[in-house]
Amino acid sequence: MSTADATTPVVEPLRPIRSGRSRNHAEQWSWLFMRGSGVLLLVLIFTHLFINLFSGDGVNQIDFAFVAGKWASPVWKIWDFVMLVLAMIHGGNGMRLLINDYARETWMRKTLKTLLTACVATIVVLGSLVIFTFDPCPLDASGDLLPGVPTFCEDVR
Amino acid sequence: MWMWVVHRTTGVAIFFFLVVHVLDTALVRVSPEAYNDVIGTYKTPIYGIVEAGLVAAIALHAFNGIRIILVDTWPWALKHQRALVWVVWGLFALLMIGFLPRHLSHVFGGA
Ligand code: HEM
Ligand code: HEM
Repeated sequence: MSTADATTPVVEPLRPIRSGRSRNHAEQWSWLFMRGSGVLLLVLIFTHLFINLFSGDGVNQIDFAFVAGKWASPVWKIWDFVMLVLAMIHGGNGMRLLINDYARETWMRKTLKTLLTACVATIVVLGSLVIFTFDPCPLDASGDLLPGVPTFCEDVR
Repeated sequence: MWMWVVHRTTGVAIFFFLVVHVLDTALVRVSPEAYNDVIGTYKTPIYGIVEAGLVAAIALHAFNGIRIILVDTWPWALKHQRALVWVVWGLFALLMIGFLPRHLSHVFGGA
């Protein structure tokens, strides 16, 4: 020890795991979260794609009225919200792992992680606001329905 | 090794797609016409092919993700992990065979 200088970091012995990443407390949570959220995302996203891209008229059916129809039900609001949060944290954490692997300089790692956190937070907040403040029948300044609203808006008025 | 490259590349691609996807969906809070205009461009052939690529990326990342989970937690899967790579590609091929004809006929007109 006498030759080791004071800046030598004290590294806990890390228990290797099969996929090759080392474990400590935070990384253990990260590891578990990536797997738990992965399984949930498989169900959430495949259903999302099946409904929006495969059934009915596929992409051609998507317009404002289609979204209004889906978000009329709290089930799809919650579905999209959970999908938004899990996918952004899973993807964001995955990007963090990549930054750790590829960004060599400390300042570079710090900058990229700050940008990443800001990006994930902005998208989660924006996406959540969009889902929960959605208005299926928006009006223009003179109180008329805007063009493109679903037909049920006429009945509601 | 190859699957690791595939898993990383698809993960990053999906992440950037999702950021753009939330931004375009946010147009429903601007006006129905703004949203319909942008979604309209997604129905063109070029975007139709991009969407097919996105579905391919999701399918590969998802099936391979399940393989990673199994191999990390289940000794049997670790022993057979090479065979499981083929299962991933097999499931991927099946899904694309089911999806592509229908999607492309939506995009290129017809049914
Ligand atoms: C569809 C269901 C999904 C499953 C089953 C899944 C599974 C996984 C698993 C198990 C890992 C961990 C790999 C490791 O620790 O070595 C992972 C990593 C990752 N995932 Fe996903 N994932 C899914 C969806 C997504 C989505 C929607 C995104 C983007 C928003 C994404 C982006 C990433 C990224 C960037 C990584 C890091 C890659 C790496 O470190 O090599 N994944 N995924
Ligand atoms: C080309 C394929 C896709 C199409 C056509 C599509 C279409 C849509 C549509 C029409 C909506 C509006 C609400 C709804 O219908 O539920 C939406 C919302 C959403 N989609 Fe997708 N989607 C696609 C792929 C994906 C993928 C791959 C993901 C996940 C990685 C995803 C995640 C989301 C999320 C989180 C929302 C809610 C957005 C918000 O909070 O404002 N979508 N999508």
